[in-house]
Parts: sequence; C-alpha cells; structure tokens
Amino acid sequence: MESATATPDNASPIRPDEIKAIPVRHRGRWVAAAFILLLAAVLGNSVWTNKRFHWDIVRHYFFSSRVLHGLVVTLELTAISMAIGIVLGILLAVMRLSPNPLVSTASWIYIWLFRGTPVLVQILLWYNVAALYPRLSLGIPFGPQFVHINAATYITPFVAGMLALGLNEGAYMAEIVRAGIISVEEGQTEAAQSLGMTRLQTMRRIVLPQAMRVIVPPTGNETISMLKTTSLVSVIATTDLLYSVQLIYSVNYRTIPLLLVASIWYVIVTTVLSIGQFYLERHFGRGATRDLPATPLQRIRRNLLWFRRAAVEVPGASGEGR
Amino acid sequence: MSGPMVKAEGVHKRFGRLEVLTGVSMEVQPGEVVCMLGPSGSGKSTFLRCINHLEKIDGGRLSVDGQLVGYRQDGDKIHELRDAEVCRERAEIGMVFQRFNLFGHMTAMENVIEAPIRVKKVKKSEAARRAKELLERVGLADKLDSYPAQLSGGQQQRVAIARALAMDPKLMLFDEPTSALDPELVGDVLDVMRQLAKDGMTMIVVTHEMGFAREAADRLVMMCDGAIIEDGSPEHFFTNPENERTKQFLSKIL
Repeated sequence: MESATATPDNASPIRPDEIKAIPVRHRGRWVAAAFILLLAAVLGNSVWTNKRFHWDIVRHYFFSSRVLHGLVVTLELTAISMAIGIVLGILLAVMRLSPNPLVSTASWIYIWLFRGTPVLVQILLWYNVAALYPRLSLGIPFGPQFVHINAATYITPFVAGMLALGLNEGAYMAEIVRAGIISVEEGQTEAAQSLGMTRLQTMRRIVLPQAMRVIVPPTGNETISMLKTTSLVSVIATTDLLYSVQLIYSVNYRTIPLLLVASIWYVIVTTVLSIGQFYLERHFGRGATRDLPATPLQRIRRNLLWFRRAAVEVPGASGEGR
Repeated sequence: MSGPMVKAEGVHKRFGRLEVLTGVSMEVQPGEVVCMLGPSGSGKSTFLRCINHLEKIDGGRLSVDGQLVGYRQDGDKIHELRDAEVCRERAEIGMVFQRFNLFGHMTAMENVIEAPIRVKKVKKSEAARRAKELLERVGLADKLDSYPAQLSGGQQQRVAIARALAMDPKLMLFDEPTSALDPELVGDVLDVMRQLAKDGMTMIVVTHEMGFAREAADRLVMMCDGAIIEDGSPEHFFTNPENERTKQFLSKIL
C-alpha cells in the first residue's frame, strides 16, 4: 500500500486497489515456442542454402516486363470479374427475395446452373462459344436485329475468361448478398417503410449498408480466391501471371524459380487485398459495435505508449516496493 | 376537412387461418389521444400496423383523414394503391415501435434527417436544423452524433420519436413504446409523449402503462379477441367499467 501512495508524480497514479500479481509461468508455451523457432530456422536455412531454388533467377525475372504484364492482366481480370460478380450478385439476391415467383425462380435457376458446373468447364465453354453462336446480334426478340458481331473476333481469350469468371462469381456472390440482406432485422425495413421510404430507398439506404457488415468478409475472401482462380485462364492462353511465367519456363526450363516468382506476386497481392478488407470491414462496422477495432497504426501507438509508461514505472516500483 | 382522423368500420385481418381482427370499428378525432388496452394477442398491435398499411386488411374499411388506407375507391370498385401512393400515405403517419428500430448504421442525427431528405426532399441543412431542434425537445441535445448501440433504450426510443416527428405527421402511432425499457427509463419516454399530447398531436397508443393512460388519454379503448369491447373516457374506465372482461383485465393489471 505504501509503495502505491509513494508513486512518483511523473508516473501514472496507481489506484490503491490495483492488483500487481506475479504472472503464471507457462513452461509449455516456452517449449512450444522454442520448437517452432528451431523448425523455422531449419526451413529457412534449407530454402536459403539449397542452390536449386535459384534465387538469382527469381530475382532476375521478378520485375521482368513479361511477368509484370502478366500481373497486370491478372489484376484486371480479378477486378473486372469481381465487379461483374458483385453487381450480378446483388441483382440476383434481390431477385431471389422478390415476391414475384417467376423472378425468384429465374434467380434460383441461374445460381443452380452456374454453381453446378466447374468454373474451368465454364471458361472452356465461353472460349468456344463461337462454335455455338458464330454471330451474336442485338435487336427485337424474334424480330429484326440491329447490331451483329462476329463471336470469334470479339470473344477473345481475355473476354471469355472475364465472362466465365464474372458470371460464375455472380452465383456465389448472390448467396453471400442474400445472407447479408436476411441478416438485417425486419424492424429496420418496417421503420423505413413507416417513414414513407420506397422499397428501393429502403434497400439502398437502410438494408444494404447494414447487410454490408455480413457481406464484406466473405466478399474479401471471394476476391482473394478470385485472384488465384484467374490462373485457370492459362488453359485458354490468356497471358495472365501464371501463363506468362509458363511461357518463360517452357523456353528456359527454369520451372521452379519462375513458379516462385508467380507465387510471391500472388502472396503480395493477397496481402494488399487483406489490408484493404480490414479497413472496409472497419468502415461498415460503424454503429454495430460501441468501439471500432483499432487500426494497426493505432495498435502500435498504443503499445508504444504502454512501453513508455512501463519504462517510467518499473524503476520507481522496483526501487521502492522491494 | 374536419372529419375523423382515423375511421375504422368492421376491420378484419387474418393471418392464414387465424382471425386476428374480427371487426374493429372506432373513430379518432383530430387532436385526440386514444390509448388501446387489452391482453396480449388481442390484436391491438395488428390494428395499429393496419393503420399505416404495414399489414393489409382483409375486410371492412379503414381510412385516415378521409382517405382509405392502401386502397382507392372508384364508385363501388376498390383498387389497390401503387407502392408510391402507399409511401405517400405512410409519410404522413408517424410510428414508434416497441423495439425502437433505429437505423443501426446511422447516428441519432442521421436517423432523424434520413426520411425528410429522401422522402420529403427537404434540404440537408434545413433537415439538420429541424432534427437538432427535435432532439433537443426530447432531451438528447448532447447525443446527436451517437450511434444507437451507444444509447440506452430510453434514449433510443426518444430518438425514434424525434425521427417520426421529423416528418411532421398528422397522426402518431405508438406500439407499446415502453414495453422493452427498464423501469427507470420509462418515465423519460412517457414525459415526451405527454408533452406531445399536450401540444395537440393526434395519437393512438397501445400501452400497458395505466398511469399514462389515465392522465394523458382522452379516451381508452379495450380490445379483446380482435374486437373492441369497451370504449370510453378514463374516468368511466377506472371507476365503472361495464364489460366483465374489462373488469377482469383492470383488476389484474392495477
């Protein structure tokens, strides 16, 4: 008690009832930590010293223009496919919840069909769509057609991949969005309606923003998954990240180093996407919890503050308490 | 127009096989405060929800300020109203819910200005000025930027009242506004409602607060099994109720 009252002024005041207990020693944890460190050292050593990894080749190709071009294609494909998927997903989810049975059934059938077939098969089908419909035209159904396009010229490998990935993603996003919408209490809709808001206003201003809290985490997951699923388009010769490195190693036979180049880039982009997801979740968490989760920067600052306080306190406490 | 604000004639409502309202008839005059009492499951809340068309009625006639709720009559034909027309009707009727139903992703201020801006197309600055005024009136001048999760139940309900008032309704419906509150928070909400009644607002209040019903209401209505079984002044109700069921109900609750 005396040491508590004798705390120097510059330290934060210690309340008389504050507990200063000696923490329990966790021996098991220390053993586990030592074991993991040892494993990491072994693994790191082998990766670093094994010449066959050819880190020099990895370094050489890491920023090569062909790899970077492939990376850009992968990013474009991911972004466009996810954009198609999200817009389509919202549309399909709202349709699925429509009171009109024909509309909701149409949505159900779409989801059933696109989730029922492998995306690789869908990519191949879109790539070969010209065999099914050589000419695509726009006009009045069963009536005159105004615009004709040649499927073979417009459905390039990139477009085929984009269509397949985007349309497939729409089916998955629809279920995610639907889960989000039904997670919002019915009272929210009733309150909005009782204020005279239309169905569209209620959906856009009240329901969807609150559904986002449920929608964002799995959507982040889908985006990260999409980034890697785009590598499937290498089968239809789209020069994405994977196909670009494949083209290089088919000539120089440096398979492993070039696959490492692609892998490292995938990991980097995934990391960036995860950071984006954190901030997005934080944004849409407004009002759901009393306190928003701290950003990494805030957490670092708080820890620094704690360290500084501890550093000030420790000499004072040890000097007088003992 | 000086007709009744609410006029119900033989209103019927079914949920599947279950007949919830079995012919409700009543009138509420402009400026009148009517409290609806009755055991749970008697159809009070359902009737209230019918008045702003959150529920569709299956039979009878229900009108607010001389206009049918949810329908339009052409001679002897009845047409359903379009969504936009239903919205216009609802915009003039304020409703306060048992579970508050504040928009969770918006601050108190944003909750109050949302509908005036989106529905009545009021300018944002004007809506904000009015919202501030209303939130001050319900004693929450210091909570403008709080999210519902940061407010107590009583504070949330007062924001909900301010939100409804921001639309300048000609009629306010209260669906058990204090039933979800801790006892010590009920008073603040009832004070706001009392003031509103004094200011001449037409109100229909479904409540179990007998104290409020006795002093603030002009008329009490007793519902039982989907119909009104007694309708009269508070003195009449608390001194010599006629119906046997009313007597039973009051003896249990008082």
